[in-house]
Amino acid sequence: MDVELLLRVYPFFLEAALVTVQLSVLSIALGLVCGALGASARLSQLRILRFVGAAYVSVIRGTPALIQLFILYFGGPQIGIQLDAFTAGVIGLGVNIGAYMTETIRGAIIAVDRGQTEAARTLGMSRGQAMRNVILPQALRLMIRPLGVNINAQIKGTALVAAISVVELTYTAQRYIASTYKPFEMFLLAGMIYLVIISATGAAIAWLDRRVAIR
Amino acid sequence: MSTTESEMAGNGPMIDVKNAAKRYGTVEVLRGINLQVRKGEIVAVIGPSGSGKSTFLRAINNLDPLSSGEVWLEDVQVNKPLTSYQYERHINRVRQDIGMVFQHFNLFPHLSVRQNITLAPRMLKRLSKQEADGLAEQQLRRVGLIDRIDFMPSQLSGGQKQRVAIARALAMQPKVMLFDEATSALDPELVEEVNFVMRQLAESHMTMIIVTHEMGFAQDVCDRVLFMDGGMVVEEGSPDVIFRNPSQERTRSFLRKHLKGRN
Ligand SMILES: Nc1ncnc2c1ncn2[C@@H]1O[C@H](COP(=O)(O)OP(=O)(O)OP(=O)(O)O)[C@@H](O)[C@H]1O
Ligand SMILES: [Mg+2]
Repeated sequence: MDVELLLRVYPFFLEAALVTVQLSVLSIALGLVCGALGASARLSQLRILRFVGAAYVSVIRGTPALIQLFILYFGGPQIGIQLDAFTAGVIGLGVNIGAYMTETIRGAIIAVDRGQTEAARTLGMSRGQAMRNVILPQALRLMIRPLGVNINAQIKGTALVAAISVVELTYTAQRYIASTYKPFEMFLLAGMIYLVIISATGAAIAWLDRRVAIR
Repeated sequence: MSTTESEMAGNGPMIDVKNAAKRYGTVEVLRGINLQVRKGEIVAVIGPSGSGKSTFLRAINNLDPLSSGEVWLEDVQVNKPLTSYQYERHINRVRQDIGMVFQHFNLFPHLSVRQNITLAPRMLKRLSKQEADGLAEQQLRRVGLIDRIDFMPSQLSGGQKQRVAIARALAMQPKVMLFDEATSALDPELVEEVNFVMRQLAESHMTMIIVTHEMGFAQDVCDRVLFMDGGMVVEEGSPDVIFRNPSQERTRSFLRKHLKGRN
C-alpha cells in the first residue's frame, strides 16, 4: 500500500467527490420530482395518465441505466439534443431513479389503509382533500425508508457517468490509475469516500424516519 | 308553492331508500331493498355474515354505489344521476350531512384527537380555529373524553378510539348517523362504553341506522329492526315483534343462533 501516494492524491479525490455529491443531489431531486409525477400518473383517475406512468416505469426499469445515459449523451446530438456530460448525467440518472421512486411512492400511498380514505371521504372531503390531508402525510412517513434504498442505489449509480467522462469519483480513480498503475490504492480510496457519503446519507435518512414517525 | 315543498320535506322521511340493488359482476348482493327512516328514528339492521348489511349501509352515503335504485336524504337524492365532475361536488356536500362510524374506527393516526375532530369542519365548513376547537371540546364532552383532547390515537384504548370517531362524525353536525358494527372490533369489556355513547345519542333524537351483531343492544335502543338475508329484507318490525315473535322461519333460525343464553 502506497500511503504516500494516497496522501498526495486524496485532495483531488475529494474535489471529485464533490462532483459525485452534486450529481447525487441533483439527480435525486429530479428523481423525486419524476417519482411524484409518475406516482400521480399511475394513481390517476385518467386511463391515459395511468398508461403513461406505467410505460415510463417499465421502459426505464426494463433497460440498463448505462444504455439510457448513452442514448441521451451520445444519441442526443443526432436528434438535436446537445447536453454537456454533467447535465446529461443529472438528467439521465434522475429520470432513471425516478422510475424506481415512482413505484416506491405509489407503494407507500396504496399501503395507507383504505379505511383512511373512506373516513375522510365520509366526512365530505374531496378526493384531493383526502389525499393531501389524510393519505399523503401518512404515506410520506411510509416512503422515507424505501426512498432511502433508492437514494443509496442512486449514489452508487453516479459511478456510471464515468462512462460519459464526467469527472466524478470513479472517473478520477480511473484517471489516476492510468498515470500511477496503482488500481488497488485508487479504487480503495474512491470506495472509502463512497462509503462515507453513503453512510452519512443513510444516517440522515434514519434520523428523518425517526423524527417523523407517528407516535 | 315553496311553503308546500318545504312542508313536504319536513314531513317526509329523513332517509328514503327505494329499490336498492347492487351487483358485483353476476353476484347480487342487494336485491331490491326499501327503507324509510323518519327523523329521530333508530333502525337496527341485523342478519348473517355476507347478507349485505354493510353494502346497504355504505350505499346510503354512496361509499359503495348502488347498481340501481335511489337513496334520498330528505329532499336530496344522494345518488343523483350527474356527470362525474358534478357528482363529485354533490356527494361531498351530501356526505357532510351523513355521519359514519366504522368497525375499525379509522381515526387519522398522524393527527391528535383534537385535529381528528377539527380537520373536516375547518376545511369544509370554514370554521376558525377557535370555533372548531370549541366544537371539538363540545363533542368530546359528549363522549366523555375531553381529558384526552391532546392525545394521539395510538394512546387510546379501542373503546376510546371509537368514541373519538363518533365525536369526529358528530362534529360535522350530521342529520343522520350510520354505524357499521361499531363495537365488533372491541374487547368485550370496552363494548359498554361505546354502547353508552350510542344510547345517549339515541336519547338526543339523532336519526340512526345501526348495523349490529348485538341483539340485546338492538332490542334496547332501536325503534325498528330489519332482518336481512341474501341481500333482501326478510322481515322488519319493532324489536318486540322481531325478537319475541318473528313470523319468518329464517329470522327464527338466525335468532336461535344469536340469542343463545339470552332472554
Ligand atoms: N368488493 C366486492 N366484490 C365482490 N363481492 C363483494 C364485495 N364486497 C362485498 N361483496 C360480497 O357482498 C356480500 C355482502 O357483503 P357485506 O359486507 O355487505 O355483508 P355483511 O352483511 O356486512 O356481512 P358481515 O356481517 O360479515 O359484515 C358478501 O357476499 C360479499 O362477499
Ligand atoms: Mg359488514
